[in-house]
Amino acid sequence: MTETMSQPRTLFDKIWDNHVVERRDDGTCLLYIDRHLVHEVTSPQAFEGLRMAGRKVRRPDATLAVADHNVPTAHREKGIAEEDSRIQVETLEKNCREFGVEMYGMDDPRQGIVHIIGPEQGMTQPGMTIVCGDSHTSTHGAFGALAFGIGTSEVEHVLATQTLIQRPAKNMRVTVDGKRPIGTTAKDLILAIIGKIGTAGGTGHVIEYAGEAIRELSMAGRMTVCNMSIEAGARAGMIAPDETTFEYLKGRPMAPKAGNWEQALEVWRGLPSDPGAHYDKEVTLHASEIEPQVTWGTSPQDVLPVSGAIPNPADARDDGQRRAIERALEYMGLTPGAKLTDVKLDKVFIGSCTNGRIEDLREVAKVVGGRHVADGVHAMIVPGSGLVKEQAEEEGLDKVFVEAGFDWRDAGCSMCLAMNADRLQPGERCASTSNRNFEGRQGRGGRTHLMSPAMAAAAALTGHITDVRELASS
Amino acid sequence: MDKFTKLTAIAVPLERDNVDTDMIIPKQFLTTIKRTGLSRGLFYELRYDENGKPTEFVLDKPEYKGAQILVAGENFGCGSSREHAPWALLDHGIRCVIAESFADIFYNNCFKNGILPVKLPAEQLAACMAIAKRGGEAAMMTVDLESQTVATPDGDSFPFEVEPFRKHCLLNGLDDIALTLEDADAISAFEGKQRQAMPWLYS
Ligand code: SF4
Repeated sequence: MTETMSQPRTLFDKIWDNHVVERRDDGTCLLYIDRHLVHEVTSPQAFEGLRMAGRKVRRPDATLAVADHNVPTAHREKGIAEEDSRIQVETLEKNCREFGVEMYGMDDPRQGIVHIIGPEQGMTQPGMTIVCGDSHTSTHGAFGALAFGIGTSEVEHVLATQTLIQRPAKNMRVTVDGKRPIGTTAKDLILAIIGKIGTAGGTGHVIEYAGEAIRELSMAGRMTVCNMSIEAGARAGMIAPDETTFEYLKGRPMAPKAGNWEQALEVWRGLPSDPGAHYDKEVTLHASEIEPQVTWGTSPQDVLPVSGAIPNPADARDDGQRRAIERALEYMGLTPGAKLTDVKLDKVFIGSCTNGRIEDLREVAKVVGGRHVADGVHAMIVPGSGLVKEQAEEEGLDKVFVEAGFDWRDAGCSMCLAMNADRLQPGERCASTSNRNFEGRQGRGGRTHLMSPAMAAAAALTGHITDVRELASS
Repeated sequence: MDKFTKLTAIAVPLERDNVDTDMIIPKQFLTTIKRTGLSRGLFYELRYDENGKPTEFVLDKPEYKGAQILVAGENFGCGSSREHAPWALLDHGIRCVIAESFADIFYNNCFKNGILPVKLPAEQLAACMAIAKRGGEAAMMTVDLESQTVATPDGDSFPFEVEPFRKHCLLNGLDDIALTLEDADAISAFEGKQRQAMPWLYS
């Protein structure tokens, strides 16, 4: 034991070691969980399980609940029209009251997408273990936390015991060297990474993102990158905490208070991976080679630089890949060889836990710069939280958006997964800043092209996929 | 949770890679507050067309009636963490999924619900797929968790891996939470130490 402790360790290894309650003979560990976020879709059956077994929530003080997936993003004062959705949100409220868990209600300005509000409130901190019944919990890894999504049975397990039975993941490091070219954002970095390693590239691993291009990202950008770790197959993504992280956290409502701040900083500064730490897998990309990215297919790995052309199934490396490309092209209604920038759009969705932060909205406003949404395009902007909305309105961004013809909404997941009333009609094509382009994700038969907020804004203005760098210079 | 020991059943082929959990159970079925009744939504968008008419999806073909084993390709269960995916499979009667690989969260969720996920190398998976495609009695296989093997009607026996702790829980239908709560003292001791070292985590 002491021997392994003295070996150089990764950020992941350190957090893991700090949270092991018990190690079993077969290598599984009982892992302590510092923070637990709860939302309406994946929790009702967990609370029901507790109730049936007569169990309590072990640490209500470490648990925070919010309704985000189902909530309407317009005319909220009228309540939720769909009965099932309303029952689910009401069930969460009831469960939180019964078990003493704090919940941000629909009319609370702090309400928003679970992965936006954790960081916003300062709940997400370096060195923590954080879970939520949602795969994009990986977002919180941007702070140098070990954060991952769990299923409902595990939600129940954490509520009852504040622990999980886990086996350590393998370490993978993805390094993005050099500086980002102008027009290339955090979203483009992560899409390029997924394009390179594939949607199963990180399976069984925790990805640590490193390199100059990663270090230079703001916390918002780092969250965008870690958010999509799950699309790269990894349950968690993480970035070593540094001054950018501490700066962001300082003074937030749930961050360590003055008396503890210095002590926390000392602990956090010891977290980054030791020199010489071992990684089971290493991948390197060069930021200078990464252009703005756009997905063309029905998997996040179906991604190309915006200057690219729709792939031809005839060029596939094997039968399996050829069939997959054919199926994707048929679903997406695209012709092999066509230029990406010729693809016309019906809808634009800007928001989600990937890109629904204030920094993302500022990017969008910059691109809009007095222009108007193209005729026939419906473009909506859904802030990630009530506080993001407030901040945007304080900066006058809402006026820029509304004058340009964007639909400015209330906070929630919205058309990222189309569980509320916001969704695509069959055959409709959408430029989206979210994270999944699966068949039917944004509505049955809907066609999704993933891209950055700046690229989505450019697409809204022209009505087709557009290289934001060209728009800026025109 | 129901035990899983040995299962002899018809295997149904789903010849696709990257089957995601949105595909297994689309979001319109996620507004439930129960674990049961989800079979209605299983593979909904593959099983029904826009007008709600059945598409003759493989699961609904008469030769796969009562199938309890699903054979699929690579990276099965990727995407959203929704446990509704294994609940829907279970509600339809599926107790075992055989694939070349699984996404981590889905793999985990299976064990919590009495479903056995079996990873087989490409060649053996192809053999299982071919057998499943025969349909009916000819597509019967036996999955034995005790001996960790898949036995085919062609007389092959493919071994598979499973973690000892998970195997133990599945064989005995054990509830994880009850097991963990036996360690409540260790958890309290951990909390005591952590509270001293990092008091801000408890304020
Ligand atoms: S915004 Fe989308 S990806 Fe994020 S939590 Fe909501 S539904 Fe999931």
